[in-house]
Amino acid sequence: MQQSQGRFATNLRSFVGWLDDRFPATETWEYHLSKYYAPRNHNFWYLMGWLATFILVLQLVTGIWLTMSYVPSGEGAFASVEYIMRDVEFGWLLRYLHSTGASAFFVIVYLHMFRGLMYGSYRKPRELLWLIGMAIYLALMAEGFFGYLLPWGNMSYWGAQVIVSLVGAIPFVGPDLMEWLRGDYLMSDITLNRFFALHVVALPLILVGLVFVHFIALHHVGSTAPDGVDIKKFKDAAGKPLDGVPFWPYTVTHDVHATVVFLFLFCAVVFFAPEMGGYFLEKPNFEMADPLKTPEHIAPVWYYTPFYAMLRAATFPLFGVPAKFWGLVVMVGAIVIPAFLPWLDKSPVAPMRFKGAISKAMLAIFVVSFFILGYLGMVPPSPLATVLAQICTVLYFAYFVLMPWYTRAEKTRPVPERVA
Amino acid sequence: MSTDTFDEPAAGGQGAPEANRKRRNFLVGATATIGGVGAIGAAVPFVRSWLPSARARAAGAPVTLDISKLRPGEILGPIPAWRGKPVFVVKRDEAAVERLKAENDSLADENSENLEMQPDYARNPWRSKRPDIGVYLGLCTHLGCSPKYHGVIRPEPFDPNWQGGFFCPCHGSRFDLAGRVVKAVPAPDNLEVPPYRFVSDTVIVIGEDEETA
Repeated sequence: MQQSQGRFATNLRSFVGWLDDRFPATETWEYHLSKYYAPRNHNFWYLMGWLATFILVLQLVTGIWLTMSYVPSGEGAFASVEYIMRDVEFGWLLRYLHSTGASAFFVIVYLHMFRGLMYGSYRKPRELLWLIGMAIYLALMAEGFFGYLLPWGNMSYWGAQVIVSLVGAIPFVGPDLMEWLRGDYLMSDITLNRFFALHVVALPLILVGLVFVHFIALHHVGSTAPDGVDIKKFKDAAGKPLDGVPFWPYTVTHDVHATVVFLFLFCAVVFFAPEMGGYFLEKPNFEMADPLKTPEHIAPVWYYTPFYAMLRAATFPLFGVPAKFWGLVVMVGAIVIPAFLPWLDKSPVAPMRFKGAISKAMLAIFVVSFFILGYLGMVPPSPLATVLAQICTVLYFAYFVLMPWYTRAEKTRPVPERVA
Repeated sequence: MSTDTFDEPAAGGQGAPEANRKRRNFLVGATATIGGVGAIGAAVPFVRSWLPSARARAAGAPVTLDISKLRPGEILGPIPAWRGKPVFVVKRDEAAVERLKAENDSLADENSENLEMQPDYARNPWRSKRPDIGVYLGLCTHLGCSPKYHGVIRPEPFDPNWQGGFFCPCHGSRFDLAGRVVKAVPAPDNLEVPPYRFVSDTVIVIGEDEETA
């Protein structure tokens, strides 16, 4: 017994040796896992990256399985989704995992981005890491948008029509660009086919590529710590960071534990509330796409509603350009402006806990505005809602635009050298 | 042959004689330029393949409609008539036509100044060939929802002084019975008028007119 175990270990070692001569297996394992150090005081907010990766894999796997039964055509799409729901073995589960996964992906990604705002994760030397993350966010929004058309329900159809029509607001080239995007004079199964190709091939490739680059950049600069400590400063004689723990096995154990808790919540939604009262799967979408009938009330899925509310908040023409173009400008601006954070934050300290009262207040106002906008984007327009959306849009932008001033003006507390 | 006769190429061709370096820079520049032009050329088929295909263009052929059964105040549509887009054919009575003629400064483009929204023969108060028959594209000029026809004169939740017309439920844009947009709504333009022609008093072809037929 003892002997055979010894032989196994020897064989394994010689196999790894053989492998290492041909492929950097041990080197990669050590660089990214067993000798990659994370701050030992990582908290709840630092679980999001791992969870987002987990959902990405979940979406890829369930997505591949769904394409096996889905038919990307104007006549077949809606019926094939019903077929998946009723006739395919466990088709309902695959679809609900995928549709709930889309919402969960955005919940986690928004929490992940909020972590960045709270702990200054975008600051030097992590500017590029942040920008890659922003690219992932944009790709994810595109992925969600293209995927939303695929069930070919009436909300899919008109939601996509409204968003594609936004492009038509661009002066001069808009209308032609719109025709080019749709491949037809209106949304049709030609559009559906190309959105399918983009959703299942192009964007997943881009997403996986970007996530890979995100990891490489992260492992080069290392994680931030909640209290802004740089764990690379203090190392023991062997060169191990004193305030760090190796990713494998410590952080992984931690993250797997979090995954189990996440799955409890996630499965509760999948099994008991997959439509989430119309927020995850909207009611008009249980009716097939009808190019002649717009649903009474059009709202995008919840994760786009803050930006949709800002789009609608632009109600007056400016410089002779119609309001709908400014709506597009405001919406795109709101989505892209976080990319400038590394250069807007002039505070001497990174974590919010050591910044001054103005920063904290601005972050709180920003979060509240984002939630109010998210709500306003779901409800039908009214004069009061429009004014409220305009106020919240200004507050949303104020957080970013005023940051160079308020981060310099306020008093901060010093960041500790070591994790307490 | 031993390999040590080859020199390690230095960056920017440094170490090479002056004439040689210039030549190399020129060759690198020329190759990159031609390659770049080639890459742009190769992108053309990929970009153009997204344009409406021959089948999509053919499906956009003109549609013939019989409007003999349409009575004043009624609407035909939305029907997929022009390039598959929803089209309204509305019949107006004398009183409605008179109301359209009256000056109305609550409209954003009362006199159809934006020439892209209608053929020249529809640049009149009723924006149509015949005052009684209006043909409009049923897509809101804001974000392309399909407006609803509210033909009766009565107070509506969206306008207490409603004089009849079209209302878009998506973002609240309003249009009069000639498809003219009301001021201070999200839609910037009047409803589009597709090209059309009358074959007889009761038969209409939508999608082509005397000029394009």
